[in-house]
Amino acid sequence: MLKHRLIPCLLLHNGGLVKTQKFSNPKYVGDPINAIRIFNEKEVDELVVLDISASKEKREPNYELIEQLAGECFMPLCYGGGIRTIEQARTLFGLGLEKIALQSAALEDLSLLTKIADQFGSQSVVASVDVKKNWLGKHKLFRSSSGKTSTQTWQDFIRQAVVAGAGEVMLNAVDRDGLMQGMDIDLIKEASSNVPVPLIAVGGVGCLADIKAAVGAGASAVAAGAFFVYQGPHRAVLITYPNYQELENLLKESA
Amino acid sequence: MLIPNYGCGNLASIVRMINWVGGDAVITSKASDLAVADKIILAGVGAFDHGMSGLCDGGWIDALNEAVLVRRVPILGICLGMQLMCKTSEEGTLPGLGWIDAEVGRFKLEQDSSLKIPHMGWNTVSVTKENPIICSDQEEQRFYFVHSYHVICNQPNDTLAIAHHGYDFTAAFSHENIFGVQFHPEKSHKFGMALMKNFVEL
Repeated sequence: MLKHRLIPCLLLHNGGLVKTQKFSNPKYVGDPINAIRIFNEKEVDELVVLDISASKEKREPNYELIEQLAGECFMPLCYGGGIRTIEQARTLFGLGLEKIALQSAALEDLSLLTKIADQFGSQSVVASVDVKKNWLGKHKLFRSSSGKTSTQTWQDFIRQAVVAGAGEVMLNAVDRDGLMQGMDIDLIKEASSNVPVPLIAVGGVGCLADIKAAVGAGASAVAAGAFFVYQGPHRAVLITYPNYQELENLLKESA
Repeated sequence: MLIPNYGCGNLASIVRMINWVGGDAVITSKASDLAVADKIILAGVGAFDHGMSGLCDGGWIDALNEAVLVRRVPILGICLGMQLMCKTSEEGTLPGLGWIDAEVGRFKLEQDSSLKIPHMGWNTVSVTKENPIICSDQEEQRFYFVHSYHVICNQPNDTLAIAHHGYDFTAAFSHENIFGVQFHPEKSHKFGMALMKNFVEL
């Protein structure tokens, strides 16, 4: 049986590792290479690393750092942030990445996603989709590079991205980011029933029960940031990851 | 140990793991180098025809046949590399290397199945025959998979391990000096490390 994946999602900002709340206030939590080394030792299922300032600053990926990160991973590694051309994607795959996550470039034009899928296979492209509630409580597609919502619906964008070649969808609930108070289960339910490819749910994990709820709602994988880097009510930085048996027991009945 | 670079995918992480477990792997872009290889890893991701035309354009096919079928060098196919060792694939029209009596077919899941394609993530495998690369006495072996097509062996005894996604399928095969795994040992932590170490020490 295929297992549900539990994925630490790490954010890069100015060369350091940070954690945000609702996509704002990045707080420094440590050195990325050191963190990845620890996650590798803990035998995590997979890792996602997102450079949250690359697209905003219209900057290329930090290839040197990414190569060092890939060198520490004996598990699949996905990188996102600032990728705009097929040449950049080729360079990144050459450094030892398995997957590339696209958001800003895909929101403008889906052809890059198609080009990467054609050359490297759709399993190597993840559509990164951020969704934020508006003042009426409606889920809106969010552009993380500009901090604005889009007029296109999030469902429509996911549909188009999958048709264009995305092999996976990473869906992040902006309002839940970093709060550790539970995931947006309704959002996950609606997305998973409409997405034919694996869905990675992100945003809000604070405890193991949240992960179980997301899997129950249909997520193929659950990613989290704060849950893996903070410990205790005062959010002390400590990298943790549940052990294998603990996760097995947790998710056994949900399968 | 040589790893042909025929334009299909991520070879850096394979080199890294082979070296980590004490082997000495080198990526080569010259088919003639295979004449001195004492082991080969045929890696790759992507479409079947893209892989076969990459092998063909680089002049790899004769060099591989010579090393594998004549000199009988141990070879490990990973993911697409495993599939290329078969006769044909539903994914493409070009013939495969044809070393293993097997075809490659797409996952055929029930219409109402909640299972997704690609089969992506960690899955357990069950070893079905004595073999030198995957240990069968440990309680559970799990590996990282990413694929939409899988190998269908015509000779049941070629299957080395199976995994389950909707139904049982061949996750690894072996035939004399030829080994193939559908999953990614280079991305499968200690389980992949053990497999790679076994292959290095063959």
